Amino acid sequence: MPAAPVSEKAAQAASIGSLTMRGASGVAGRTLYDKIWDAHAVAERADGMTLLYIDRHLLHEVTSPQAFEGLELAGRQPWRLDANLATPDHNLPTTNRAAGIGGIEDEIARTQVIALDDNCRRFGIREFKMTDPRQGIVHVVGPEQGATLPGMTIVCGDSHTSTHGAFAALAQGIGTSDVEHVLATQCLAQRKAGNMRVTATGQLRRGVTAKDLILAIIRQIGTAGATGHTIEFAGSAVRALSMEARMTLCNMSIEAGGRAGMVAVDDATIEYLRGRPFAPSGELLEQAEAYWRGLVSDPDAEFDRTAELDASLLSPQVSWGTSPELVLGIDEAVPSPDAFQEPARRELCERALAYMDLAPGMPIRDVTLDRIFIGSCTNARIEDLRAAAEVAKGRRVASSIREALVVPGSGLVKRQAEAEGLDVVFREAGFEWRDAGCSMCLAMNNDRLYPGERCASTSNRNFEGRQGHLGRTHLVSPAMAAAAAVNGRFADVREYL
Amino acid sequence: MQAFDTHTGLVAPLDRANVDTDQIIPKQFLKSIRRTGFGDNLFDAWRFRDEGDMTKTANEREINREFVLNEPRYQGASVLVTRTNFGCGSSREHAVWALLEYGFRCVIAPSFADIFSGNSLQNGLLLVTLPDDTVGELIDRAQTVPGFSLTVDLPEQTIAGEGFAASFDIEPERKRLLAEGLDEIAQTLRYADAIHAFEDKHRQQMPWVFAQPGG
Repeated sequence: MPAAPVSEKAAQAASIGSLTMRGASGVAGRTLYDKIWDAHAVAERADGMTLLYIDRHLLHEVTSPQAFEGLELAGRQPWRLDANLATPDHNLPTTNRAAGIGGIEDEIARTQVIALDDNCRRFGIREFKMTDPRQGIVHVVGPEQGATLPGMTIVCGDSHTSTHGAFAALAQGIGTSDVEHVLATQCLAQRKAGNMRVTATGQLRRGVTAKDLILAIIRQIGTAGATGHTIEFAGSAVRALSMEARMTLCNMSIEAGGRAGMVAVDDATIEYLRGRPFAPSGELLEQAEAYWRGLVSDPDAEFDRTAELDASLLSPQVSWGTSPELVLGIDEAVPSPDAFQEPARRELCERALAYMDLAPGMPIRDVTLDRIFIGSCTNARIEDLRAAAEVAKGRRVASSIREALVVPGSGLVKRQAEAEGLDVVFREAGFEWRDAGCSMCLAMNNDRLYPGERCASTSNRNFEGRQGHLGRTHLVSPAMAAAAAVNGRFADVREYL
Repeated sequence: MQAFDTHTGLVAPLDRANVDTDQIIPKQFLKSIRRTGFGDNLFDAWRFRDEGDMTKTANEREINREFVLNEPRYQGASVLVTRTNFGCGSSREHAVWALLEYGFRCVIAPSFADIFSGNSLQNGLLLVTLPDDTVGELIDRAQTVPGFSLTVDLPEQTIAGEGFAASFDIEPERKRLLAEGLDEIAQTLRYADAIHAFEDKHRQQMPWVFAQPGG
């Protein structure tokens, strides 16, 4: 089949979408979210909830055991086995992995990993077990395997499922009851959310990354800025991002309150998918591509909410408080509660200052660190590791840093990094090179902060205690984390490039 | 799940915005493979001064007497009044299980995070959204009026207590699910034929969605 011009492909794609479109067609343009929603709406239940068909369901050990138990108690079977893909990630140790499950010291964590293995075996669900090189953080594994495809509806019992929206998929985090519901029915019962567009104009400058962009967006719109809405990230700065960078961007939609965030399909989307195990190839790929090219919002589509920012004005960002909206540019100083008008915001600021042990007016560059964490579903892909290694190369982790961890997002990311010699760069600089998992993003394994410790982290949440009881988290990009590691305190990574 | 009709209970004020699910139930308790056993660790890092884990019982712990839920006057509270964006962050349904098991049947706030809201619905925890000012008034009353209680009437969509009355909005489908305590999966499986029909059509239109590695 000869490649059709883009416009023709878009027309073809739209025609598939319209087959399932409800209501009057051709009246107003549809957003990307509208199109995917329309293409998956099965029925409206008598109670008014829409049943949305789910194409891909990702599972991990923490939020699935009660769902499997529920299925079993009700005598139900999974609706469509091949929609599911499981891997353990939250609980796994990042050392001594050759020892397998027996190497998990924490008995309760070990039980949970064994439960995932047992449930997958009993129900017949494909699982990348902890010793499989394809194991990794579920949101790194899905795209890496091509199990995440444009136009899909994707769910997982994890709020960072929004990551997969980078592929113009409708990807949402769900709770355990919904995990059971999706297993049993292949549907999610939902009300449609509103449409929100966040436009980043201009271009990010060198040393400023997708992580800095999303932190700046959350600072601007707040942690409830997208509540009740699906975000579409648009604009020239978003278009210029690699697929991995788009995953970083969409990953933190939830930190802005958006259950799902997405980026429209373009050449980068299609190119990324070529040759990946679950992705179509040959004629099926051409057929898919014709549809995927239409996964963009129509020019006349209307959004319920919009926000805009100029990406070219951004500097590298650092979070200072205990909410992802409490963010500063590297040249800024910690704010005073007086800077906030609203009483609730002022109180949030006061609590954050106390918890983080920071004083108003302190330049963020003067904040010294105890630990460094480079990893998580936000920033543990190969491009993230390359960016950190570029800064670490030929330098040393400051002697005041107790531990600097690099935790690849998957076994395959680790393998790729080692093939490029990044492990050597990190080790020579004094970083620890670990095995794949969620690790110190949420500290369910042994990688954690101890009370009062302060960490520069490439993860996504700076909540109280998130990385360990009474630990203090500052969210940054991988390159900024590496710069903080060698400097012992925050630094402008642009001075290291 | 437990059906919700009317409920009368003591009100506890949690005067904080953006309470995230990591605070509601910290990660070390998510290692459980059960649906129960989370109530003792609700707001663990705030209720206790020492770090908890799944092997410690509440009486071995160092209680934070300053935390509101530890004040004698709020013991037995079943209605929680709190600030905006309650339940943000992680999707962990354990947060809802912990609130219910502790004894809360209803949470009142100006707004709730989306995933938390869905999880609450699935478990019969009623979330009532009221304007900022009204919530402020309720928090004030819970702090100043000894034994301040509220009656939450879901069918009538009203809340009433000493010197206080308000009505609230709730989406009809949410109201029905809560009022009837229905098994959601059973509700959906009534549409099994429609799901099958959709799936057949979907498979024809988008066969790549169903493709498996190596074939």
